[in-house]
Amino acid sequence: MIAIEALIKIVVLVVIILTIVAYLVLLERKISAYMQDRIGPNRVGPKGLFQPLADVLKLVLKEMIVPAKANKFIHALAPVISITVAVGALAVIPFANYIVIGGQKISLLIANVNIGVLYILALSSLGVYGITLSGWASNNKYSLLGGLRSSAQMISYELSLGLSLVGVLMIDGTLQLDKITMAQSGGLWNIIYQPIGFLVFVTAAFAETNRLPFDLPEAEPELVGGYHTEYSGMRWGLFFLSEYTNMIVSSALMVTLYFGGWSLPFVNYSALGANLAALVQFVTFFAKLGILIFVFMWVRWTLPRFRYDQLMNVGWKIMLPLAILNLLGTGAVMLALK
Amino acid sequence: MNLELIVFLILAAAAVVSAILVITRKNPVTSALYLVLNFFIIAVLYLFLRAQFIAVIQITVYAGAIMVLFLFVIMLLNLGDDRLMKWKFNSTRTIASLMGLALLAEILFYVINFTTGAGLSPQAESIGTVESIGKALYAGYLFPFEITSVLLLAAIVGAIFLSKKQISDGPMEKGNE
Repeated sequence: MIAIEALIKIVVLVVIILTIVAYLVLLERKISAYMQDRIGPNRVGPKGLFQPLADVLKLVLKEMIVPAKANKFIHALAPVISITVAVGALAVIPFANYIVIGGQKISLLIANVNIGVLYILALSSLGVYGITLSGWASNNKYSLLGGLRSSAQMISYELSLGLSLVGVLMIDGTLQLDKITMAQSGGLWNIIYQPIGFLVFVTAAFAETNRLPFDLPEAEPELVGGYHTEYSGMRWGLFFLSEYTNMIVSSALMVTLYFGGWSLPFVNYSALGANLAALVQFVTFFAKLGILIFVFMWVRWTLPRFRYDQLMNVGWKIMLPLAILNLLGTGAVMLALK
Repeated sequence: MNLELIVFLILAAAAVVSAILVITRKNPVTSALYLVLNFFIIAVLYLFLRAQFIAVIQITVYAGAIMVLFLFVIMLLNLGDDRLMKWKFNSTRTIASLMGLALLAEILFYVINFTTGAGLSPQAESIGTVESIGKALYAGYLFPFEITSVLLLAAIVGAIFLSKKQISDGPMEKGNE
């Protein structure tokens, strides 16, 4: 019974997220177009709304070319690792509280594990494999350099990412994401208590998702396409998919940790009845998610790319000390208020 | 047989097979990947013992950090060359083989004297959580914990010192003049 329930939740969630990803690509193209005073895709369907379908069809039908001297198995494995890790992180994110069907409480969280935050950090540390291995298996200098660059970048920023979270964990005293949401639903959002931690987290999240201003792994002028130079067709599509899924995961994590998750201040959920409350919470969560994803895209089309040494300097000499100071400050204030 | 035992046996077999593949593969990158797979299986085995914290740390630290650095080095050295991987006898390898045999004897001794354990303690679930491990570390074992952190700090400083090029040539000497 539990297994069937979990399976249904997984299928529904994956379908929802992949649909969102397809439309995020369209949204990104539209936003970039408006920012550059263009119109953007507008040929397929009304206002270009069917563009994602055309894109997916194109990717599926395209030939997947594997370079002659590539390691074929790892070349195929790498994009699978990337997308698995990205989608897997969604399992512990609470999109809403619970619904009641036939008198039974069904939590809208796939896996309510005690180590929720650690689970996400563990998965994000595995994301490096997809990129490094794709770079190596392609047997191409540019791919290898892109893969190595991105691993160095992700390892460097993982530290500040993890440390910046600890402030939130100290305040709420739990690693479970639904309890963190609960703790914020009564009072103030964590962003009020943790503005510096949030800043470090956002910066690290941009670096972890390999997006501008930190998209050096695929810096076109120096590295051609970076780690996915030798990828085409749906294998390339999987990398693309995992980039956007990662963006959703990071934004969802920000919503949950810093912006109160599915909760809104001054709303009395018990007056709404469980199912209506769940719907309101679901919509709230996705509205917050949408705003943060828009910020991701806004930044991408506004800021130029960092140079590699600048990236490393920012990571190790600014973000890491800031995260540690934030930790010290949080601890000191909590001790003083005790 | 209950489901947990069946899954455990499959995973245990997979752990042994992946460990053997680590040392028999010719290509060092493949070896490293089998080691990562092995770490994963071990992490799941930790979960069977209700040690969730150890399991997730196993993945974050071993699979997510240490093995990535291993892969880095292997890829950059380009060890694909078969000549480097050929088996040659020398003193280091002889000592290593002897130590391996000693370990094997030890394992065999315990396998032969195997008796079924008392099973999982009923408190196992609460012992393995982050909360109880944190409490134990910071209350019961604070001193060893701090000593370990000093040791790690010393190792970090040492690594930075070794990777710096010739500090004595720098501005320090000029200051002494």
